[in-house]
Amino acid sequence: MTNRYQKTFEQCKNENRIALVPFVVIGDPDIEISIKIIKQLIDSGADALELGIPFSDPIADGPIIQAATIRALHSGFKISNLEKVFNAIREYNAEIPIGLLMYANLVMHYGMEKFVQDCAKWQVDSILIPDVPAQEAGLITPLTKKHGVQSVFIAPPNATPETLEQVAALSQGYTYLLGRVGITGTHVDVETPLTDVVNKLHEHNAAPLLQGFGISKPEHITQAVITGLDGAICGSAIVNLLAQSLDAGDELTKTLFKLDDFMQSLKKATYK
Amino acid sequence: MIQETLQNYSEVRKGYFGKFGGRFIPELLVPALQQLEDAFEFVQQDLAFNTELDDLLKNYAGRPTPLTKCKNFLADTQLSVYLKREDLLHGGAHKTNQVLAQALLTKHMGKTRVIAETGAGQHGVATAIACALLGLDATIYMGSKDVARQAPNVYRMELMGAKVIPVDNGSGSLKDAINEAMRDWASSFETTHYLLGTAAGPHPFPTLVKAFQKVIGEEAKAQMLEQTGRLPDAVVACVGGGSNAIGIFADFIQDEKVRLIGVEPAGHGLHTQAHGATLLKGEHGILHGSMTYVLQDDDGQIQESHSISAGLDYPAVGPEHAWLYASGRGEYVGVTDAEALQGFKDLSRAEGIIPALEPSHALAYLHTLAKETDKPMNILLNLSGRGDKDLQHVLEEDKKLNPK
Repeated sequence: MTNRYQKTFEQCKNENRIALVPFVVIGDPDIEISIKIIKQLIDSGADALELGIPFSDPIADGPIIQAATIRALHSGFKISNLEKVFNAIREYNAEIPIGLLMYANLVMHYGMEKFVQDCAKWQVDSILIPDVPAQEAGLITPLTKKHGVQSVFIAPPNATPETLEQVAALSQGYTYLLGRVGITGTHVDVETPLTDVVNKLHEHNAAPLLQGFGISKPEHITQAVITGLDGAICGSAIVNLLAQSLDAGDELTKTLFKLDDFMQSLKKATYK
Repeated sequence: MIQETLQNYSEVRKGYFGKFGGRFIPELLVPALQQLEDAFEFVQQDLAFNTELDDLLKNYAGRPTPLTKCKNFLADTQLSVYLKREDLLHGGAHKTNQVLAQALLTKHMGKTRVIAETGAGQHGVATAIACALLGLDATIYMGSKDVARQAPNVYRMELMGAKVIPVDNGSGSLKDAINEAMRDWASSFETTHYLLGTAAGPHPFPTLVKAFQKVIGEEAKAQMLEQTGRLPDAVVACVGGGSNAIGIFADFIQDEKVRLIGVEPAGHGLHTQAHGATLLKGEHGILHGSMTYVLQDDDGQIQESHSISAGLDYPAVGPEHAWLYASGRGEYVGVTDAEALQGFKDLSRAEGIIPALEPSHALAYLHTLAKETDKPMNILLNLSGRGDKDLQHVLEEDKKLNPK
């Protein structure tokens, strides 16, 4: 199976920049608009996509992503919509890596193995289950290995050296580096660079490091470049921009224009 | 195939009860839970900790609690009913046992702040009690609907120095309060202990809460032996998250002849959507850090639970109950709101003891048990709390059920 992540990170390296990975919630505010938003993200230079599946009880997420989740569920999002969404994305772009973020209960309910198999079928590249830490990895990794889907794990700044070693060994495609403690989208400023954690992960040959949490403006991406990371995931800021624009009653074209504008400002900061 | 994977996987793992339990939380919280596990294992062997806890339980909370044989309740049946009187504990419910222990543990870990979730406010009040006593800063997350409905408990907590934060997210109920407490913990664990209120959640909470509640069953066992000369035929308790039930079951799990009966809230009926009978009607799933049974819809989204008693109104259940249920060691049954209300009145009238609505479910189930049995049975029932908190609610429910 082609490793889309590898290709993407190589390309970024050749272009002397780090990867920009936007995060949005599938089905926010509804399936049709959500697909258009994802296509816009691709047009605006996303190097990979990180897509959240709406869950009723997202304990790792702050108010902005929670609100997106609720909008999606209220508009009638069903897990059975996923096939349509991924088909639409793959028809539009066959090369971009797609990462899924999905809480454990949804995956279990779907059937762990069936879900991993379907991810392979939908050409989804990676699965991140935010409430499955490295010590519970046995729940998912035998299945992802079997079906050729990559499983992503999170390296938090407070992890023990043992956990970082485990995460480095487990995480495939990329490693999700937490920029700080807390939940998504709740702090304004990114804290000091995570040199120790980064060094430790490099020591153990971790998959490329993408920083999530606290990437909400170009300066944060500049900092990620300085820290020597391979990319940055921007979630809450994008979701918030979409929510505010839709709330303000903007036409979709105007919302997508604002989104493009913001993506361009982030993209510029990815160059070394 | 998947079940096998799970089973093989879990056999070697601490924090599992069969295939249930585990630690399904963001990686970020793993160090905090590991620290708690280490501290918990340390204090179990620590003389100073245990001396201090025993002193608090005895001289502050009022342990041991009595075992009362009912004089009139179900006296015309084959059942002899013995009530373990956790309703007489300081705070009015069994919650005080483990809250005092966790508050001491907080100090042991060098933390100064405690967060907790609460539904109707009982666990919040218990937490406020322990934090006032031990000089800890307490923040209680409570669903905004519950804040409005339970004003006296909010005032109790505030009176004892706790800060109550209404949670508007999601459905504004207990599960959302837990979500919010976990989010707080994700950025505050360096100084803050999350004082979870029941024997559910990620490892080590189910084990830890059981360890600090099993005093109920240990005392009751000795008291039953003293009063009747033998073990009870059945131990009966209500099950929401499951802390009072596991507390009274724990010391009897090895006594295979003793039936363990957990009573789940059947709300408007098990055939409706409005209940909290997680084991009877839920499916395998993961909620709030634990692999267990979870009430969920066709898509795996968590469902709202319902019960007349806030203390049982939770869409998941402690993993050890999941194991007791799946293994057949425990029997789990459902009792509706209306039946529980009748149990509430029956005990009040028969014994002069007003029970909380939670154990009223267990009391109501005894009618069924009495009909089923043709030989005398000694029943040990955990009267986990007193009913003062429920009077207003019962008055209102009565009006709804019997409009005049």
